[in-house]
Amino acid sequence: MKKLLAAGIAAASMVMAAGAALADGELNIFNWGDYTSPEMIKKFEETYKVKVTITDYDSNDTALAKVRAGGHGFDIVVPSANYVPIFVKEGLLLESRPDQMENFKNVDERWVNVEWDPGRHYSVPWQWGLTGIGVNKTVYSGDIHTSAIFLDPPAELVGKINVAPEMNDVMYATIRYMGGKWCTDDKEVLKKVHEKLKEAKPKWLAMDYSAHEKMANREYSAVYYWNGAMLRARLQNPEVNFGFPKEGYPFFMDSAAILKDAKNMENAKLFLNFIMAPENAAMLSNFAKYANGIKGSEACMDAELKGAPEITPTPEQAVAGEFMLPCAPEVTEIYTKIWTDVLK
Amino acid sequence: MSDATRIAENARRADIRNRWWLTAPALFILFVAAIGPLLVVLLYSFMLKGDFGDVKYGQFSLDGWFSVFFERDIFDDTVGIAEAHVSILWRSVKLSLITTLLTLFIGFPTAYYISIQEPRRRDLLVFMVTIPFWTNILIRTFAMQEVVRNEGVINTLLVWSGIVDRPIQIMYTDWAIFFGMVYVYLPLMVLPLYASMEKIDFRLVEAGYDLYAGRFQVLRRVIIPLVKPGIVAGSILVFIPSLGAYVTPRVLGGGKNLMLGNLIDLQFGQGKNWPLGSALSITLLVIVTVALLFYVRNASKSGGGHGH
Repeated sequence: MKKLLAAGIAAASMVMAAGAALADGELNIFNWGDYTSPEMIKKFEETYKVKVTITDYDSNDTALAKVRAGGHGFDIVVPSANYVPIFVKEGLLLESRPDQMENFKNVDERWVNVEWDPGRHYSVPWQWGLTGIGVNKTVYSGDIHTSAIFLDPPAELVGKINVAPEMNDVMYATIRYMGGKWCTDDKEVLKKVHEKLKEAKPKWLAMDYSAHEKMANREYSAVYYWNGAMLRARLQNPEVNFGFPKEGYPFFMDSAAILKDAKNMENAKLFLNFIMAPENAAMLSNFAKYANGIKGSEACMDAELKGAPEITPTPEQAVAGEFMLPCAPEVTEIYTKIWTDVLK
Repeated sequence: MSDATRIAENARRADIRNRWWLTAPALFILFVAAIGPLLVVLLYSFMLKGDFGDVKYGQFSLDGWFSVFFERDIFDDTVGIAEAHVSILWRSVKLSLITTLLTLFIGFPTAYYISIQEPRRRDLLVFMVTIPFWTNILIRTFAMQEVVRNEGVINTLLVWSGIVDRPIQIMYTDWAIFFGMVYVYLPLMVLPLYASMEKIDFRLVEAGYDLYAGRFQVLRRVIIPLVKPGIVAGSILVFIPSLGAYVTPRVLGGGKNLMLGNLIDLQFGQGKNWPLGSALSITLLVIVTVALLFYVRNASKSGGGHGH
């Protein structure tokens, strides 16, 4: 769910062919752009003598459409929590039983019995994060643990706010802010949501995907954006602080799974097992700056990630977060209408 | 039938057959790469939407087309004109018209200047106009962002020279979109204009002056009619891609307001309504075609009247 590259960049593929000559087999991974640690891939290739090819996508919908169309040749896909049930329902994933793999013991209990894949029969945690608030504290020094930063912005921030152009994430925060539940079809609540968004939008500067560099170079003073990106921004500019909206915010977790029509099934299973090893999961986090779901990986993480406030919410901060599951098609249709009307 | 006529007839048939064979690859590509996908889009627009994107194959529905023009109010269920779609369409058309006019305004003198140079210099200048095409449009748009953003080239110069005391907000405004669109599409206007101007017989301009025409009259009555085909071609080349512009409004305009391209993208992505997305695409296509026919017919009528 993190578009680390700007929108519009077509899925570019890159081939990491270290030691290709020796390769015993192949593995084709279909994953979000700028999300896979090249260092970890190299280690996997050298350990198993497998040639890995990575192809990027920029949204769950792109990935779903391409996989559903068939003939893609991919073995592994990394959908977000709310898309795993869709992939399963459409019969696209292999029930590879990661829960019976050797390294499964390393998966944090918190991520085993998840709603989107109870008992982890299909997928393995890749990385997780959340959409929250980034604020430049030299511009605004009040409470930043609230969605009011972008829905009822303080005067200092008006006209300096960027909101991620993601319908679901924005609708989520606004519905919770107005006291509703995710996937609600309560017209009273949705009416308030609609009005709040229409009232707030003129106070925003942009709805753009390149928030991490633009927070760092002060182009934006506040954002509603993903925590890993804000961690990157803070490492470049310590003025950037991160807030967990107390009214409610969405968690996301991307999970790696094997496609039913995978051609390199055995290598794909090796890979799922491989990324559940703490030292390998740590490489993923070191690269993309999001937390992973593997116990003991902290020990191998870069110092700047250990205990970073953006990726380690306190228990009080964590209770406001919730995984955003897919809504019923009729509800999605209403949300799309509200969204279109706000952005028209 | 005599032998001679039969031989002639056979030769004629063979000739026609050969022509078909020779055009077959072009027709094949045209069908497979242009008409085929369009038919798929057309079919999708008449199907029921799938629950999570895609369509339910073979299940006929007019919902997609209904939602292009009408909407059921989210809150009181009354049916009305799809006002959101109309205003997005209008924004796209307006943006394209302004872009076309601005490129024409800047492109006309540019092309004229090039066409009155001596031949060697002309070639060099035309070559320079084509240089931007060497780079991908996305990269050019991001380069434009470096120019207009708050700490970009324009603002740094303005602040440094003391004209303003702090950066003016250009990025994420309509101005940034116009800057970007004009920059990206200007060569598409200059090249056809130049192609027409190059052919101007400048003795006609002299004749105009001899007949006591003023500078403006010469421009309006002599030069513009002569380069009309270039103006038409350039305007079409700029207007049509502007209408579907996606990257430039998104990157430079900040993406706060949807354009047609973004609206269609939304339906295929998070909106998960492929039939509506398909119907909107076809609507865009129809609008472009109608505008084109209207424009070309009008242009050829008045252009032909000057008979040179």
